[in-house]
Amino acid sequence: MSAPLLAVRGLTLAYDRTDAVKGIDFDVHKGGVVTLIGANGAGKTTTLRAVSGLLKPRAGSIRFAGREIAGMAAHRIARLGVVQSPEGRQVFANMTIAENLAMGAYLESDRVAVAKRRDTVLARFPRLGERLSQSAGLLSGGEQQMLAMGRALMADPKLLLLDEPSMGLAPLFVEEIFNIVADLKREGRTILLVEQNARAALEIADYAYVIESGRITLRGPAREIAENSEVATAYLGM
Amino acid sequence: MLAQQLLNGILAGSVYALFALGFTLMFGVLGVINLTYGFYFSTGAFVALHATRYLHMQIWEALPFAAAIAGLIAIVIDELLLGPLRRAKAPELSSLMVTLGATLLLYSLMTAWFTTDIRRFPPTVFDGGAFEIQGLRITLSQILIVAAVVSIVGGLAWLLRRTKLGLAIRALAENDDVAQLMGVNVGGVVHLVSFISGALGGAAGVMIGLNYNAIQPYMGESMMLKGFAVIILGGLGDIRGAVLAGLALGILETLTAGYVASSMKDAVGFLLLVLTLWFRPVGLFGRIAAKRA
Ligand SMILES: Nc1ncnc2c1ncn2[C@@H]1O[C@H](COP(=O)(O)OP(=O)(O)OP(=O)(O)O)[C@@H](O)[C@H]1O
Ligand SMILES: [Mg+2]
Repeated sequence: MSAPLLAVRGLTLAYDRTDAVKGIDFDVHKGGVVTLIGANGAGKTTTLRAVSGLLKPRAGSIRFAGREIAGMAAHRIARLGVVQSPEGRQVFANMTIAENLAMGAYLESDRVAVAKRRDTVLARFPRLGERLSQSAGLLSGGEQQMLAMGRALMADPKLLLLDEPSMGLAPLFVEEIFNIVADLKREGRTILLVEQNARAALEIADYAYVIESGRITLRGPAREIAENSEVATAYLGM
Repeated sequence: MLAQQLLNGILAGSVYALFALGFTLMFGVLGVINLTYGFYFSTGAFVALHATRYLHMQIWEALPFAAAIAGLIAIVIDELLLGPLRRAKAPELSSLMVTLGATLLLYSLMTAWFTTDIRRFPPTVFDGGAFEIQGLRITLSQILIVAAVVSIVGGLAWLLRRTKLGLAIRALAENDDVAQLMGVNVGGVVHLVSFISGALGGAAGVMIGLNYNAIQPYMGESMMLKGFAVIILGGLGDIRGAVLAGLALGILETLTAGYVASSMKDAVGFLLLVLTLWFRPVGLFGRIAAKRA
């Protein structure tokens, strides 16, 4: 097997004095979807923040495309092609939809490439195209999630980090969002998907990690994890 | 008579607007009330004074020169005082205390160096003279001031609305974490915003120094009260509000001086400040800022 695109080893993360993530290891291979599932407060968002460079690791290594990125400035990591759609969407509410998308392509200076990406994103999220000059703060939660994902895709990421894209959405939107993640997978995107909706995440992912109180307690092919009895009781509500 | 008053009011008001613009930009983007801001106003005036006197610059050369020096000083002060606080995500009160202390120190140093004597531009700066149009007296330096304010405000609006850099500045103002996730070098943009703010404050100092031809270290302090009045009236962080409120304050002040009592002039800003806080704390044109979703 080839070297993983993202390889995390012994990653320890802390806020003030309490360790939120305690020495976790995981890999993401090119062209695959890996999911990190776990309950509230398990350390999923904290982990993604560290991969993106928003949080300096206390210990451990994060290698992306063979390069150590642990502790690197966030904008440099973005430049390498690691782009995140953060938890709670966090669209720029005072900007228009068009401006939010433009922010996604902030690092691309080729206007033709940007226009092409925008067409692709708008084809994927037609609702956004109808309201380009509208303020993003006025969108519904589901639409904001689409905008947050569209914004990340505008960067044409080598590794897309999705933090709970289905959080707080109506079932119809949840289904739409997961369909889009599945499409992205089919197109060959590499995705690290953080979810509390374990059932849907395990259906899409190739490989899964279960995180509990900052430790990875279970790992394996997503199908096997889905069949694991402990996971079934704890996360799939069976 | 009224027309002349209005003209003078608009002139003063456009400089207030310029001053408040830098202040509100600093607050809106960097999220701190930086009390050293008035110091850049004094700095601008003094640099222009010395540049015209000793470097024999023309005033239209001295203006951008002084603004740039004030901008550079603003970067250094921001980086030294507020950089560490920002990185430690310190509470707002600490930046207020730190900049308050720094302000006292900076003014004392300036006074120790230049004394509190009132200084004036060399007479050559005013050689241009004045026009009379239908009884209205307009000096060349006033024309320079208005032209400079209009082009600076226009340039700033263009930067913020029409350029990628402006987009990054607005992204930083809304959510610095996500701005970084999109690849914005936040440190660099912070320096740029400090520079622009300091330069706006410095340019305003040159203009007020020119308009009243009286320069002394503490001129920035009395300006800060007006600055506060304008940004609170216009809405904190609101660019358009700062411009309109600045003009309003200038006109109200001149009318008060002309028709009420000239001693009341400096009370106008304070009165506006208090009334706004009582009746409309979000500012005249303010809406409650759209919350992050
Ligand atoms: N800014 C912070 N300061 C201090 N502690 C924090 C901070 N953010 C998170 N934590 C703590 O770190 C731990 C991990 O939180 P994290 O947000 O990573 O969980 P999560 O798995 O993303 O949960 P959720 O599913 O609710 O989003 C929790 O105990 C949380 O209370
Ligand atoms: Mg989370």
